[in-house]
Amino acid sequence: MTDKITLKDLHKSFGSKIILDGINLAIPKGQSTVIIGGSGTGKSVLLKSILGLIDPDQGQILIDGVDKNKLDRADFLAQFGMLFQGAALFDSLSIWENVAFRLRQGKTKLSKSDARDIAIEKLKRVGLRSEVADLFPAELSGGMQKRVGLARAIAAEPEVIFFDEPTTGLDPIMSGVINELIREIVVELGATAVTITHDMSSVRVIADKVVMLHNGHIQWAGKVEDIDNSGDAHLDQFIRGDANGPIESVR
Amino acid sequence: MVIFTNFLTNIGEVTLGFFAMIGRIAIFAGLAIKHIVTPPFYGREFSRSLWHIGFLSLPVVGLTAIFTGGALVLQIFLGSSDLNAQSVTPFIAALAIVRELGPVLGGLMVAGRVSSSVAAEIATMRVTEQIDALLTLSTNPMKYLVAPRVLAATLVMPLLVLINDILGILGGYLVGTSRLGFSGHAYIKATVDNLEFWDVGSGLIKAAVFGFILALMGCYHGYNSGRGAQGVGRATTNAVVSASVLILAANYILTELFFSS
Repeated sequence: MTDKITLKDLHKSFGSKIILDGINLAIPKGQSTVIIGGSGTGKSVLLKSILGLIDPDQGQILIDGVDKNKLDRADFLAQFGMLFQGAALFDSLSIWENVAFRLRQGKTKLSKSDARDIAIEKLKRVGLRSEVADLFPAELSGGMQKRVGLARAIAAEPEVIFFDEPTTGLDPIMSGVINELIREIVVELGATAVTITHDMSSVRVIADKVVMLHNGHIQWAGKVEDIDNSGDAHLDQFIRGDANGPIESVR
Repeated sequence: MVIFTNFLTNIGEVTLGFFAMIGRIAIFAGLAIKHIVTPPFYGREFSRSLWHIGFLSLPVVGLTAIFTGGALVLQIFLGSSDLNAQSVTPFIAALAIVRELGPVLGGLMVAGRVSSSVAAEIATMRVTEQIDALLTLSTNPMKYLVAPRVLAATLVMPLLVLINDILGILGGYLVGTSRLGFSGHAYIKATVDNLEFWDVGSGLIKAAVFGFILALMGCYHGYNSGRGAQGVGRATTNAVVSASVLILAANYILTELFFSS
């Protein structure tokens, strides 16, 4: 199996605080990789470094074996879709305009009516009715905003989709719905998915591969079937949610 | 000795920080201009900004102008009475309005309204990751957020100040004719006959510069805001304060340039 994204010796610090301390990671093509770890372990920094929203201090990021810095920025970004933690919908745009935002940019810009049709189709795909299309983000609940964010992430059918804590702030039922949607969509599109989460129920639904970050390193990586028998004390503590264990509760 | 060294270190840090900030603002301004003149252009964002910065600022600018014009005429009339030169009141008031008070007060009032709201909007977008989302959607935030706002403010401010000038003179006219005994015809004649095109034109050029400054400061502080509600609040305050100070400083420099000879 080929790797879609390869990280080699990735380092990132903010001031004296080391966030990523030599990360080496291969993200397989067409699979769903979930990155777990406590708050402040660098999960979001890792995703943002791959996307170029944060510049790593050192290391290499390869996309399909090619150094990211050698790729055209627009072509590179065209491969990615991202669902942000708070959905990050644009307040001044209607729901359909949010979903169709990428479709209305660049060389392959679609007409307004075509973009709207696709946006409504994607909204339906995430379980939202077409009447939602003309509302504004502030008129939707948190769960609905997450679905719209998901629709926006998949609107251009990207090869890679990033999900940043997709179930944070949602009730258990809505979390389950979002997890199922993510799994279905990833399988349906054949996309490479990378999700960061604290939510172990999400991990079990979404993941093919699990990676645990701790203290700027990869603490454990393996198949989702193996997480309960990993033999790693850090991972066991994280799964159980114990206050006592090798992961300090006061950070 | 240590105290003296620390004192010098602190002065050095503050000085370096100040010049570094000027450098960052200059680079930001350069990028804003570059994105104003290079495609793609976001017409909808531009027209939204025109509406927000221009049309919605009309009430605050208009009311300020009317009351300032009225008060100014009263003061000039009282001052000129001592010299028995009340007849110059309409002209002096108009000159002060079109050259100085119109652009400066208009600029400060719009800075209070627009710099703050632009800073708060963009800072909130920063905090809620909307700016990151723009980047991942292959859209340059400088082009999408900053360029339309700066261009709109630069173009619409002269228009606002022109309206400000007219309403300021109207405020003076109302006070002059109703309270100070000027005849309507004499007041208008004294104003129009003595004003030159450059008096008004210089004010409009100032207005364009102030528009650029107030939008740029709103965008700069919003774009570089810190995290959380405190970050948004600080960005808003810094935007208004820096825009106001820069408008006053620019006004002095432009006045020197236009009129010192």
